[in-house]
Amino acid sequence: MTSTEYFIILIALLVFIVVFQISKASEYVSVLKGEKKALEQNNRINAFLMLVFLVVGLIAAWWCNHLLYDKTLLGLPAASDHGENIDKMLWITLIITGIVFFITQILLFWFAYRYQASEKRKAYYYPHNNKLELLWTVIPALTLTVLVAFGLYYWFKITGEAPKNAAEVEITGHQFGWEYRYPGKDKVLGRQHFKLVDAAKNNPLGQDWKDAANHDDLHPTEMHLVVNKPVKLIIRSQDVIHDVGLPHFRLKMDAVPGIPTTLWFTPKYTTEEMKKITGNENFVYEIACDQMCGVGHYSMRGVIVVETQEEYNKWAATQKPQFLTAYPSGVVPADNAASGTAAPASESQPVALAGE
Amino acid sequence: MSNEAAIHPGVISHGFQEHQEAHHHHESFITKYIFSQDHKMIAKQYLITGMVWAFIGGLMSVLFRIQLGYPEATLPWLEDIFGHWAKGGKISPEFYYALVTMHGTILIFFVLTAGLSGTFANFLIPFQVGARDMASPFMNMLSYWFFVLSSIIMLSSLFIQTGPAAGGWTVYPPLSALGDASIGSKTGMDLWLISMALFVVSQLLAGLNYVSTILNMRTKGMTMTRLPLTVWGLFFTAILGLLSFPVLLSGFILLLFDRHLGTSFYLSDIVIAGKILPNEGGSSILYQHLFWFLGHPEVYIIILPTMGIVSEIMSINSRKPIFGYTAMVASLFAIAVLSFLVWAHHMFVTGMNPFLGSVFVLLTLLIAVPSSIKVFNWLTTLWRGNIRFTVGMLFSIGFVSNFISGGLTGIWVGNSTIDIHVHDTYFNIAHFHIVMGVSAFMGMFAGVYHWFPKMYGRYMNNTMGYIHFWVTLVCAYVIFWPMHYEGLAGMPRRYYDYSTWESFKQFVELNRVISFAAFVSFMAQILFLFNFFYSIFKGRKVTTKNPWGATTLEWTTPIRPGHGNWPGEIPEVHRWPYDYGKDGVDFISQTEPVSKNESGGH
Ligand code: HEM
Ligand SMILES: [Cu+2]
Ligand SMILES: [Cu+2]
Repeated sequence: MTSTEYFIILIALLVFIVVFQISKASEYVSVLKGEKKALEQNNRINAFLMLVFLVVGLIAAWWCNHLLYDKTLLGLPAASDHGENIDKMLWITLIITGIVFFITQILLFWFAYRYQASEKRKAYYYPHNNKLELLWTVIPALTLTVLVAFGLYYWFKITGEAPKNAAEVEITGHQFGWEYRYPGKDKVLGRQHFKLVDAAKNNPLGQDWKDAANHDDLHPTEMHLVVNKPVKLIIRSQDVIHDVGLPHFRLKMDAVPGIPTTLWFTPKYTTEEMKKITGNENFVYEIACDQMCGVGHYSMRGVIVVETQEEYNKWAATQKPQFLTAYPSGVVPADNAASGTAAPASESQPVALAGE
Repeated sequence: MSNEAAIHPGVISHGFQEHQEAHHHHESFITKYIFSQDHKMIAKQYLITGMVWAFIGGLMSVLFRIQLGYPEATLPWLEDIFGHWAKGGKISPEFYYALVTMHGTILIFFVLTAGLSGTFANFLIPFQVGARDMASPFMNMLSYWFFVLSSIIMLSSLFIQTGPAAGGWTVYPPLSALGDASIGSKTGMDLWLISMALFVVSQLLAGLNYVSTILNMRTKGMTMTRLPLTVWGLFFTAILGLLSFPVLLSGFILLLFDRHLGTSFYLSDIVIAGKILPNEGGSSILYQHLFWFLGHPEVYIIILPTMGIVSEIMSINSRKPIFGYTAMVASLFAIAVLSFLVWAHHMFVTGMNPFLGSVFVLLTLLIAVPSSIKVFNWLTTLWRGNIRFTVGMLFSIGFVSNFISGGLTGIWVGNSTIDIHVHDTYFNIAHFHIVMGVSAFMGMFAGVYHWFPKMYGRYMNNTMGYIHFWVTLVCAYVIFWPMHYEGLAGMPRRYYDYSTWESFKQFVELNRVISFAAFVSFMAQILFLFNFFYSIFKGRKVTTKNPWGATTLEWTTPIRPGHGNWPGEIPEVHRWPYDYGKDGVDFISQTEPVSKNESGGH
């Protein structure tokens, strides 16, 4: 061990011994002074500490906010249309619960201080009051109704059907990374089945090459999205449960093996715009896995580039379909076509978030 | 024998008592301290076992906080102790995930479920309802020993080659079902499941006993509406456990099948470690439903006993009745019922049907109503009281403060629209640690300090208690309050390292502060443990039967009651337990008949 470590242990031990000695001594002192007197003194000290805790605590809460506010997303606009609604809901809730927080905490510690034991006063026998109790049943119930109403209004907007013009992008999680698939020119994602997965044969997503819709599907290493254009993610997992976490868009959705899910939104700012908004020239939209998926969970990172339509088109033009990587000749050999028949004809349909 | 006593509470003869005494003298060391059937001894066994687990679970959090707070540091002594789990003095990711998983499992199940309910249900139910022991003392003993067995298996999983379970305390499949998915899903996971199955058995035996004791063994005059709120809290807790633990068990059994018998309850369409698995048609979401059907009631299994404890201690030390006894019982009941109807709020982003989600939003926010009634009633109990700051009282106030802070963020995460943003981030960690972790510990400490004199005939040291309380309260807020901000930056939970993330790497200093506070707080808990064991032998002796001036029955027993609790007949009860400050009288014991010129009041 290093000397600092010994030093820390030494200090901890010393503090312990001192605390123990003081505590023992205070017990003797209280016997000498008389139990009652000692108790009264302890009571005054603790009552005073209640007040101190309240005041210092409130100041500390302010200070904490001051230090950390800019490190959160609170001060930044949400990067998706849904995110804006989520932020609105969050602020409504923050204000309401914030008010309740301050009132109740102040009352709690103030009452503790104010009503500390005193010879002069007798406790007030006050077993119940139906009116009061009704009051604080009805008011929270009404407040919560308002919160539920707002919440569900936004929730149904977020989880509703994706617009007809939404682009489709498939994102597949596995230990420990993300794969993206674009439908290509035909705008249709080709059929796929987990039994066709074969990384050695350049088919990491189990695409069924017999389905011609697969032949133009792109398989880039990053997700590119067009600003202000709705996108619908089709989310899959190949092994365990993962989660597509999109903090800047304020969204997330699990990736569940065997049960595809969907999530749609409209990005509002390009990556470049976000660099300006955040004042961080290294800004990137990150996909963070938000469901414990194993030892590499913390490193399961993906990147989304949001850009203008022109930039997107330029990028898309540079991407080569996976089919051509697997079969540079552009033809499916016979034996492989045969193995393709192992796949059931019906593609596993994504379960939409909307439960469509 | 005790059944007989309870069935005919009024007619216990002296013969019975002599028998009791005689019985007493024949107790050997083994039947008195180890295979004891005395509810008081079993309570202490639960408490001390819980403390051992709390120490282990707490130490684990200090270890993984080293990684989070000081990700750059290398501490060679870690390698000396943990070998390849901490190669080069750095906690490995495998070790990190094993630590967080076991930390959660241990604290939620072994400490705050078994340790907490086991201690206070065993200790308080017979005392406070006026019974000589539990309905079945033997089953009670059995429940404790199942818990020990389960503990031993869980503990042994820490020492096997591939380490303990490491998929989070919720052990979601497929991760937990496939040994290829994680080293923690190999033998460690089997031991975890077996241990938890035994744990469920222990809980069921215990719960049956608690419920039947409360329903059948109340002394004469002890109507249900005269039960102290502690007993009410423990009653609903036991019912929750009885109804939900079997569902958890079924979920675990299916998981074992999937692991070893090739079934596909939870598995479908999986390619793992380059292998294509044959399983099709299962749903891993099914497991989550089964898990949270217990999982949500479980959080109330943890908090309801402490709600009862806090209500009791708060009333005693404010020297006035608990405000709104009926509302307090009704809200416990409402919480118990609703807690079965909200489980899927843990699953808003699993792809669940959004309409179903909206129903769970509604029911979830509904549960905040009884919760807020309780808070306002506690506040009103303090109002115009004459407050004595015993250590138990301080912890009760700390409980309410934390319950408010954490309960309010429940309203955030309960609203799916917000949860879709903060789910599985540090916001969630802050929410449940404050509302459950810290609050429940505060309630448990309150109970230990308050009933210690009854347990051991001595007091715990006050000064150490005060230091323990203030350090714990401050540290709890320093640790968990700023985590809300991390969550609002989207920072995910269960990450070993954040340094490669552009979006989450800005909290280095904060994480250091949090880790430091966690360490200080751990030290304060050691002080508590020290105080506890020191005071058992050296604490100031209790000299009066009723040191706190309380009304409930446990304080009518001798200072150190024997097996059977009351040397004479079990006292008869004439009133509710909260006559503090009535008609200017400091307190009136439940055994005091109502006098003619007493005012109506309750
Ligand atoms: C006002 C009442 C409460 C509401 C509305 C509420 C709501 C929620 C919701 C919706 C979640 C899931 C969040 C997520 O996974 O994103 C959650 C998590 C949690 N809550 Fe609460 N809660 C409340 C009170 C409590 C209480 C009283 C306890 C415990 C005593 C508790 C313990 C927990 C725990 C342990 C988790 C996290 C489990 C995990 O994911 O590991 N909550 N709460
Ligand atoms: Cu993950
Ligand atoms: Cu819950």
